[in-house]
Amino acid sequence: MTDSAVSSAPVKSRSIRLPTQWLGLAPFFLFALLFLVLPTMYLIIGAFQTRDGAFTFENIAKLFTTPTIRQSYWISMKISFWSAMLGALAGFAIAAAIVRGGLPEWVRASTLTFSGVASNFAGVPLAFAFLATLGRLGLVTIILRDLFGFNLYSTGFNLLSSWGLIAVYLYFQIPLMIVIITPALDGLKKEWGEAAATLGATTWQFWRMVVIPVLLPSFLGTLVLLFANAFGAIATAYAFTGSSLNIVPISLYAQIRGDVLNDPNLGYALAFGMIVITGLANVFYIWFRTRSERWLK
Amino acid sequence: MRKGGQWWAWLTFFLGMGYFIIPLIATFEFSLRMKRGEYSFEAYRVVFASSQFQQTFSYSVVAAIFTILLGVLVVVPTAYWVRLRVPHLRPLVEFITLLPLVIPAIVIVFGYIRMYGTNSWLPFLSSTMGTNVLLVIGYAVLALPYMYRAVDTGLRTIDVRTLTEAAQIMGAGWTTIISRVILPNVLIAVLSGAFLTFAIVLGEFTMASLLNRPAFGPYMQNLGANRAYEPAALAIIAFLLTWGCMTAIQFLARYAPKSSNRPN
Repeated sequence: MTDSAVSSAPVKSRSIRLPTQWLGLAPFFLFALLFLVLPTMYLIIGAFQTRDGAFTFENIAKLFTTPTIRQSYWISMKISFWSAMLGALAGFAIAAAIVRGGLPEWVRASTLTFSGVASNFAGVPLAFAFLATLGRLGLVTIILRDLFGFNLYSTGFNLLSSWGLIAVYLYFQIPLMIVIITPALDGLKKEWGEAAATLGATTWQFWRMVVIPVLLPSFLGTLVLLFANAFGAIATAYAFTGSSLNIVPISLYAQIRGDVLNDPNLGYALAFGMIVITGLANVFYIWFRTRSERWLK
Repeated sequence: MRKGGQWWAWLTFFLGMGYFIIPLIATFEFSLRMKRGEYSFEAYRVVFASSQFQQTFSYSVVAAIFTILLGVLVVVPTAYWVRLRVPHLRPLVEFITLLPLVIPAIVIVFGYIRMYGTNSWLPFLSSTMGTNVLLVIGYAVLALPYMYRAVDTGLRTIDVRTLTEAAQIMGAGWTTIISRVILPNVLIAVLSGAFLTFAIVLGEFTMASLLNRPAFGPYMQNLGANRAYEPAALAIIAFLLTWGCMTAIQFLARYAPKSSNRPN
């Protein structure tokens, strides 16, 4: 390669500079290749192989035909969808309140600070906090029982269920929505409101015909981001319910620990399914984000 | 809009506040109940006195420090080089740095376990030290999106090209330029990335647990399965630690330059 570069004089300086330009990024590419790309590729390839290494779609098909696996994907998607949907709606309402509700500045500042903390307060401790709050001896349970005579646990309420987990996930989903959507709400220009008012629009018309169409791509983009966020999470769920709740990350955890499926390649397929779902969610996120940038820069 | 804010805005705000504050109050109250019939900080005392807590906590702190060092080592030269020489590769590099947000941590560590096992060509998992190294590498991968964005934002505020040329005229090599010219100039950005990394690594559960390392996350999970009051105390401690890291980032942001005098 260097020989040809030296022999052709006009492109000489460029050809010699080109490798050094790439060389500056070589450590990064090597790092990413070894510890991000190749390990993931290993699992993806394994998902399409039999035990002997022959190509097959069998493992992928088994994701759909094995009842426990199909069910775990279904429960995972349900939990991720509802925690994302409720988180996005509640987060949007709070963001709208602090941006457009005319609240004092300190409310906005403290909400954003708290959201920054709470969106990072996930994992094991979050599960503890909810167990201490709504568990059988939790403060809220006791107050409801002693002050209001309302026994939460006699109503069939179970914290260690899908809906219990959704309630817990909201603790980081809502703040994440607030953090991401507040800049978008800030981007709504004052002139648009004035223009709408000049044309005689009511507040409701302004929201329906200006605010919602402009913010919809940002909203949907964040929604899929929250979905992916919940789908890949395991620590909270594991500390919360142990292995009793059949969701994909927990099945995968058990599979990595001790090959409970008794089929390593099916384990790879399980991981591949997770990548496909979170990957698709991110494709949609990027698509929505480019659409939202049309109005909000 | 009226002066004091609209009623729906206050209502939304207070409903939200209730959802977020009540669990914290309840957890705190619960953590004080260890001694029968009175409130005490007994649970905190028991946690802090336990040798397991001390060992796992210091293990995670050390892991976090090495993660930050590795992250800086990988990210700073890369982000610098992209800005200076190969801006056309920015989309590719940014795409790679965002991949850890797409691929769940559990999948990444699953790949490590299968690829770097005892009989593989790079047997990280054959020794304890190797496993520790692999865990730090895994953490650096998890922190990559945050670290890269922090450093890149920092680089935007300085005139990379002029600084580089000035250093080169004075005879500095690449290592000197990066470590003694660029790094000090983006230190605030690096530090805010570092605090976020610290917060992520400290309580991380999945990777540490699957690599069987005695880190703080698996310790908390284990305690949660066996005890009643200590986990609540741990939750409060973890919340305060997260709060501390985020406050540090906000504090640093106040001192970070907003834009360069001469845009790149």
